[in-house]
Amino acid sequence: MRNIYWESFKTFFKIGLFTLGGGYAMIPLIEEEVVNKKHWVSKEDMLDLIAIAQSCPGVFAINIAIFIGYKLRKTRGAIVTAAGTALPSFLIILLIAIFFHQFKENKVVAALFRGIRPAVVALIAVPTFNLAKRAQLNMFTLWIPIVSALVIWLLGVSPIWVIIVAGVGGYLYGKFTSNGNTEQNGRTAS
Amino acid sequence: MIFIKLFITFFEIGLFGFGGGYGMLSLIQNETVEHWHWLNSAEFTDIVAISQMTPGPIGINSATYCGYTAVINAGYSVPMAILGSATATFALVLPSLILMILISKMFMRYMHNRTVESVFKGLRPAVVGLLAAATLLLMTPENFSTPKENLWQFCISCFLFAASFYGVMFMKINPIRMILYCAVAGLVLLY
Repeated sequence: MRNIYWESFKTFFKIGLFTLGGGYAMIPLIEEEVVNKKHWVSKEDMLDLIAIAQSCPGVFAINIAIFIGYKLRKTRGAIVTAAGTALPSFLIILLIAIFFHQFKENKVVAALFRGIRPAVVALIAVPTFNLAKRAQLNMFTLWIPIVSALVIWLLGVSPIWVIIVAGVGGYLYGKFTSNGNTEQNGRTAS
Repeated sequence: MIFIKLFITFFEIGLFGFGGGYGMLSLIQNETVEHWHWLNSAEFTDIVAISQMTPGPIGINSATYCGYTAVINAGYSVPMAILGSATATFALVLPSLILMILISKMFMRYMHNRTVESVFKGLRPAVVGLLAAATLLLMTPENFSTPKENLWQFCISCFLFAASFYGVMFMKINPIRMILYCAVAGLVLLY
């Protein structure tokens, strides 16, 4: 019998190694390996896990890996799958970091990165607009991102505080509005 | 002690990093560049570029790289820097490990309720603001140069920014390809 720890470590190591472009690009590969090939979770459970992992803080792919590891072998399984997912990135980036620090002063490398830097700033600007579209901002919520951005940018407030205030604000708003709306409240509770 | 600071900082980032890789980037940028000054904004941008071009989640990639660079910039040796990157990466994953296990144990069936939904009604627009702030905070002389310091580089930088934004946003060019195009442009125009 093959060892499930080793098996799950290998699977998530592979998932970590072969996905370019961050967490969401990993979903199809995770589904293929975990649902279709290994049958560790059912397709319906996988959809639930994705939904929950998305609403949790932290690295999305790591969250998914921990859920599946825990399902397989409780806490020890979770540690194994989390380590498997993180390890390829860790090793690759470490190699690059060691290498890059020696070649940073190189004139060609410096010129390459002078071109790359403005592009990266643009790459962070693009998801700002895409997320804004997905968040379905309207007249009443548009001030939230604007105020958040301004207090971080101009007043130097930590984004952590913005997250806390926004979460608590959303919670209180939900509580406040649900008082006059008991019918819907009762329906979701049942 | 830089290792304890690294641990606490990346633990916080792991705990409050809502909204996927990019949402987390704005936290990492704020903590490592604005708050602790472990990196300057050019180094941070380089890290994001390298994280984009290598496999794996952006959060893990940038934690590893930031941990390494922060310790090197503080004047320690390479083995200490490797320890620094291990510390940052472990600290980033730890809150997920604790939270996900707790959720698996107890809260799984409560996760779809109204309370969680209303918390996210507040969080989602705020994450948009976080990203906007990260973009604004990265428009620095280190990344773009200034008209005074080097007018040519400043103009080219602004052009590359506009072109990348348009290319990725509207022409749906793959971000990695866009980075490569701009690297070539940098080599030709800014050598």
